[in-house]
Amino acid sequence: MIQLQAITRIFHMGDQVIHALDHIDLTIDSGEYVSIMGASGSGKSTLLNVIGLLDRPNSGQYLLDGKDVTALSETEQAQVRREKIGFVFQSFHLIPRLTAAENIEIPLILTGMPPAERKERIAETLQAFNLGDRAHHRPAELSGGQRQRVAIARATILRPTALLADEPTGNLDHRIGSEVAALLEALNRTGTTLIVVTHDRELGLRARRRIAMRDGRIESDEQ
Amino acid sequence: MKLADLLRFSLKTITSHPTRSLLIMLAMALGVAAVIILTALGDGARQYVVNEFSSIGTNLIIVLPGRAETAGSFPGAVMGQTPRDLTLDDARWVGRLPQVHRYAPLNVGVAELSAAGKLREVTLMGTTAEIFPIRHMQLALGKFLSSTGENSAQIVLGAQIAREFFPDGNAVGQRVRLGDRRFIVTGVMAIQGESMGYNSDELVIVPVQHAQTLLNTTSLFRLLIEVRHHNEIDSAREAIRQTLIQRHDGEDDVTVIAHDAVLATFERILRALTLGVAGIAVISLAVAGILVMNVMLVSVSQRTAEIGLLKAIGAPAAVIRYIFLAEAIWLSLTGALAGFILGQAGSWILRLTYPLLPAWPPLWANFAGIAVAVLAGTLAGLLPAVRAAKLDPVNALSKR
Repeated sequence: MIQLQAITRIFHMGDQVIHALDHIDLTIDSGEYVSIMGASGSGKSTLLNVIGLLDRPNSGQYLLDGKDVTALSETEQAQVRREKIGFVFQSFHLIPRLTAAENIEIPLILTGMPPAERKERIAETLQAFNLGDRAHHRPAELSGGQRQRVAIARATILRPTALLADEPTGNLDHRIGSEVAALLEALNRTGTTLIVVTHDRELGLRARRRIAMRDGRIESDEQ
Repeated sequence: MKLADLLRFSLKTITSHPTRSLLIMLAMALGVAAVIILTALGDGARQYVVNEFSSIGTNLIIVLPGRAETAGSFPGAVMGQTPRDLTLDDARWVGRLPQVHRYAPLNVGVAELSAAGKLREVTLMGTTAEIFPIRHMQLALGKFLSSTGENSAQIVLGAQIAREFFPDGNAVGQRVRLGDRRFIVTGVMAIQGESMGYNSDELVIVPVQHAQTLLNTTSLFRLLIEVRHHNEIDSAREAIRQTLIQRHDGEDDVTVIAHDAVLATFERILRALTLGVAGIAVISLAVAGILVMNVMLVSVSQRTAEIGLLKAIGAPAAVIRYIFLAEAIWLSLTGALAGFILGQAGSWILRLTYPLLPAWPPLWANFAGIAVAVLAGTLAGLLPAVRAAKLDPVNALSKR
């Protein structure tokens, strides 16, 4: 469960102060499927980054599963990211020199899992994401849809409680985009909280709960 | 993250950026090789100087008649005019001391040399055959005074004198007149130029007894003594002094000097050379360090997005530092090793090119070169990584 209380994030641009998040209060229950929509600069990506512990709010309180995570040290936050949160980016963020299997392996390496167990997990995951025949291809040799599937596989291999996606279909054509959305929704059906940030109305409307943002505030929150 | 995974992961990064990795290793290798080759050159030069100086003889003690009352020697001592002579018998007694390896009595004077219808004034030196090893002098032709024939009227001509009197080069066996005495030429010295104040090319050498008769003196000008070992210089000096005091009725009327002045100069030169070599080494290492730091800095900043990603998927700052540290150590070690091999090869070529120069890199330079390179490379890789690891993941991610 994600609870945000009066979360504020301020950026300085020259002498201008921008409230990317302006006293946001938001509660997202486990297993929800939420889309966050809004124009660029509305603060939707900043909200996702704060939820994913990639960014620190200037003020406010963030409880993740009842625990205040804003006060955690850098190392503890890294552990929370590793165990509870999976991140999917618009530009995939795969490491270009590593193969698909090796990219998926990184989170497992970080937890210190022994190689034999890792191999097994990777084989399972590649199979589940229909990447079996792409295991030893580098990102440059994969299609956009395949890259995003690798990124999602990497984000979910440690079975996080929340999957955060920032414009997951932004770099994909319509058909592949729907496939990726369907894949994320399938993961949501297994119990993973899914939060998707997008300015694509069609993708946003697929979510059960739709949040619209403007100027750092929540404009509407429809169930 | 496990160590094996860490090493594998960082090695993979290195091999997948061959140009960048090669550049870093090249900078590192060149730095280390420069240190090794330059110190080899410097140390070779130092060795060369050591050898040259030991040709003058660092085990040398000089006895002169008369007592130096103050720091400088008094005029009488220089002229060899003192109440009590330093005699050949004194020299023989000193020669029996256990510390003494060999000795050569010395009389110096000026006399007219005439032969083959030519006449000129020459500096004559009366001594024994031992002078040759003591002063590292060489004969070009013939021989000089075997110890059995000490009293025969032999003469050895300096290279220049021999050329002037016997341009045909047939000096050996010729009869010459020195002062009012006749000598037979038994040898010609090799060209050696100036050494310790004499131009030995314009010198003639005769047995010491003949020189004393010619110069009408019974006192030696100098007594040169070579001790067995450099360590024994002090004890030898004292023993020589005691022996001579005893023989001179308890009077301390000789001056015994070790080759101290020369040694001191020699030490100063060596120290300056060593410092120079160390300075050169430090400069080349600094250059290498800066080169490595440059390439590392650029490569780490290029990979800020990757650092952001690693943080986003849960790598703590410490792990990110370890990854870059491992990478820097891989690169530095390989580079330093390549540089070591390059440096050894370079000094080998140097030794082939200049056989006179014993250009062996000193052991400390090998170790220091590798150690400093690895340290510089590690720091150069680590510092930007530490900075990158501190970034909030969102900021790191947005840098492409």
